Amino acid sequence: MNAPAAFDRPRHTADAPAPGVHVGRPLPRPNAKRLLAGRGAYVTDLKLPRMLHAAFLRSPFAHARITRIDVEAARAAPGVALVATGEDLARLCAPWVGTLDHFKGMKSPPQMPLPLDRVTWCGQAVVAIVAESRAAAEDAAELVEVDYEELPVLADLDTALAADAPRIAPDFSDNICFRSVVETGDVDAVFASAAHVVDAQMTFGRHTGVTLEPRALIADYDASEHSLTVHHGTQTPFQFQDLYARHYGIPESRVRVIAPDVGGSFGVKLHVYNEDMAVIGLSMLAGRPVKFVADRLEAFVSDIHARDHRVKARAALDADGRLLAIQAEDETGIGSFSTYPRTSAVEGNQVIRLIGAPYRMEAYRGDLKVVFQNKTQTSQYRAVGHPIACAVTEHLMDRAAARIGLDPFAIRARNLIPDDAYPCESATGYKFEKLSHEGCLAKLRTLMDYDRLRADQAALRPRGIHRGIGIAAFVEITNPSPAFYGIGGARISAQDGAVVKITPSGEVRCLISVTEQGQGTETIIGQIVADYLGVSRDIVRVITGDTQVTPHGGATWACRGAGIGGETALQAAKKLKANVLAVASAILQARPEALDLVDGQVVDKAGGAVRISLAEVARITYFRSDTLPPGTDAQLTVAHHYAPRGYPFAFTNGVHGCHVEVDAETGLVKILKHFVVEDCGRVINPLLVEEQVRGGVVQGLGAAFFEECRYSDTGQLVNGSLADYLVPMSCEMPDIVIDHMETPTRDTELGAKGCGEAGTAAASAAALNAVNDALAPFDALLTQIPMTPARILRALGTF
Amino acid sequence: MNMMASGLVPLNLTVNGAPVGRMVAPRTTLADFLRTELELTATHVGCEMGACGACLVLLDGAPVHSCLVFAVQLEGAQVETVEGLVARGAIAGLQSAFHERNALQCGFCTPGMLVNAHALLERGGVPDRAEIRDALSGNYCRCTGYEAIVDAIEAAARAAQGSGR
Repeated sequence: MNAPAAFDRPRHTADAPAPGVHVGRPLPRPNAKRLLAGRGAYVTDLKLPRMLHAAFLRSPFAHARITRIDVEAARAAPGVALVATGEDLARLCAPWVGTLDHFKGMKSPPQMPLPLDRVTWCGQAVVAIVAESRAAAEDAAELVEVDYEELPVLADLDTALAADAPRIAPDFSDNICFRSVVETGDVDAVFASAAHVVDAQMTFGRHTGVTLEPRALIADYDASEHSLTVHHGTQTPFQFQDLYARHYGIPESRVRVIAPDVGGSFGVKLHVYNEDMAVIGLSMLAGRPVKFVADRLEAFVSDIHARDHRVKARAALDADGRLLAIQAEDETGIGSFSTYPRTSAVEGNQVIRLIGAPYRMEAYRGDLKVVFQNKTQTSQYRAVGHPIACAVTEHLMDRAAARIGLDPFAIRARNLIPDDAYPCESATGYKFEKLSHEGCLAKLRTLMDYDRLRADQAALRPRGIHRGIGIAAFVEITNPSPAFYGIGGARISAQDGAVVKITPSGEVRCLISVTEQGQGTETIIGQIVADYLGVSRDIVRVITGDTQVTPHGGATWACRGAGIGGETALQAAKKLKANVLAVASAILQARPEALDLVDGQVVDKAGGAVRISLAEVARITYFRSDTLPPGTDAQLTVAHHYAPRGYPFAFTNGVHGCHVEVDAETGLVKILKHFVVEDCGRVINPLLVEEQVRGGVVQGLGAAFFEECRYSDTGQLVNGSLADYLVPMSCEMPDIVIDHMETPTRDTELGAKGCGEAGTAAASAAALNAVNDALAPFDALLTQIPMTPARILRALGTF
Repeated sequence: MNMMASGLVPLNLTVNGAPVGRMVAPRTTLADFLRTELELTATHVGCEMGACGACLVLLDGAPVHSCLVFAVQLEGAQVETVEGLVARGAIAGLQSAFHERNALQCGFCTPGMLVNAHALLERGGVPDRAEIRDALSGNYCRCTGYEAIVDAIEAAARAAQGSGR
């Protein structure tokens, strides 16, 4: 493997973290107290004066021509303010296309808020009804008449890929949204001469985010100012400010998006949805605020779905079990459109680029087909592509270990990129600054007491108790640079901004563009500002989620809150500290270099004697500037923006262990325990990191055992409710043991990388390996998730 | 029941210890009544079919899904929401344990969790982890992974025990 060329890296020497009075400590979240007091203010809870409510009539067919819409009866229904069709909104809103320029050859049909003449998935919104209450709007929706002429349905991958398949859009030559091949080395030659080749055909079910608070927004257009305010349950307010401005022709400076408390997002709440876009137009048409809250049934048919992959893969190894090459073909179904503005191709693209990422190999080929279907769109959901890549890789490693007669730990230890090999590059071209696979693997072995688990397994098998142990190593993409979306033409910011100021009372306000959905953004930003400014955390107030108040930035996605947002806050805090000391030095007639700011007091750097309080500096600056020496530059508010400039991504890594017990008679699996060792670089707050990881693990275990959007042959979602679509609940989930390695990135002074996807990235892979390990005595093998009892029994040949 | 010409029905009940009288539409659920009519928005609605537990409130002391009860069924009933439990200090121990243990992330499920946990702890004693997990089996949380919630409830139960409750 070649070491990468010199990277554009900022120059600094601060490997060692700052004092860390707050950073690195497991501090609880101040803002959690408000949520615990029942004082959360989610968009679903908000009410504006004269607010109306929107409901949508949805298509009962997965693919049909709309031949007639009659809305007259609905318009006359009690409480109805307005009924709008696709044509009404098309007059206001410019269409959008979910492609990125750097995905060569990618295509997707243009989208409108509501369709003009054709529906392409079951549950697609067709007509909007706006009324005094949601109930009145739903009543009126029943009075709308729509005639449809059914069209052939692309319900599965094979149908969509057939040469004579009907096209998803009339002018398309096929149903392929995007095709990409990554190739390194002479793959065919390596396979031809390898001592061992193992292969697998794997299937990954569609699932969905199931945020507990469904998607919600209130659009409030004010014609008198040609301005728009949107209260939006989103993780990316600036992205939506831009989109609403451009697609509805409102100046960006007059569009304000406020993301208050958000009831979970996980990637679901950063995509453009037809109804959400429609609601902006509905407010313009109604001249009043309009609220839309998806109910749970609507969420199932209109929130993005995720995954839905079919992967054929094989691995070549030498006689000693050294990995030589992997070859993988991924076909992924994405629904009838590619989502906007991030597209539905990123997931598959990451699958073929993350396969094999933790391991050394000389050759690799990944072949991706992204395929349209008449289903709900799939797109980026927590750990985009990671679980698929990880499951494929780790399943192959276990297959190879079994073939060669190696222990799962041994084959991984033999093939993981060594901890002293960095910087280096993956077979797919990802540049790794520094990872810690070997350290993590060794830690996991101790953490899970592997040898004892193996001994127990052997002792229990004769008694008909079938336990399994699964291991899965992963590489996680965090802190994406502008190379991710920016170069593809999407107006999605890779930079973030912070404004930090001293208030007249000597307290601190930090306005920052990264957002909070419960993961603790505000807490860690406060910790960082407190430490690098030199004040107590208690006096720092962090404000997020309002485009009119906070500086512009990418906000929270792809695990960039701590790594990018945190570094932004750090640099802003340092700048502000310098300013405070400059003012203090003018007041004290001292050299600024001789002073320091510690716990809210300006002190002598030598000796630590208190000279003046921060509050007094603030009082003088704001109220008695006449007493400052002439020429004093009293800037107690600073702004700082930061975008990654070093490695294109801050990759993180880790390894999971899953311990399960499979009942071979019922196919039911009890997850006994799950173990994670992860390395997210510098840990700002271990309490929050661990809960992020645990939450992520549970989402991965949901994918492994429960969650699947099931469709009929006619493209009907048949389990679109929380009674039919199973999500992990407390009684099914195990305790999750977590340990850390800490390899700070040198690209930033803070050294933090991301941790939000580390749990999801490898949990389902570890679970799959664990179940297969448990079933090994039966010669049964599962290659599909979710691993439902029926599928386990089928693998056992008993169902 | 005295159905008025408007289609609204008179309803008198006690919510968080205070008498409440309103005219309500028969189809109004208790969840919608609390959230919309009384602006008690701590009670959340996640699925509207009794599966997620975000809307749990106490009805005459027992946790019920407020999305599955019609408001007009509650003439004379005693309803308590998280706002009421907080105001009378009934869940201070749980709040503090949840905070310390970070047993919430987005917080949307939290009111339902607190109501259910409160009802569990009212039974007395310190439930074991399996009992807590079982008691929470109708409360969906997408963020935490549940372990922190189980830890917090266990800790609150121990603290309550220690303080002689």
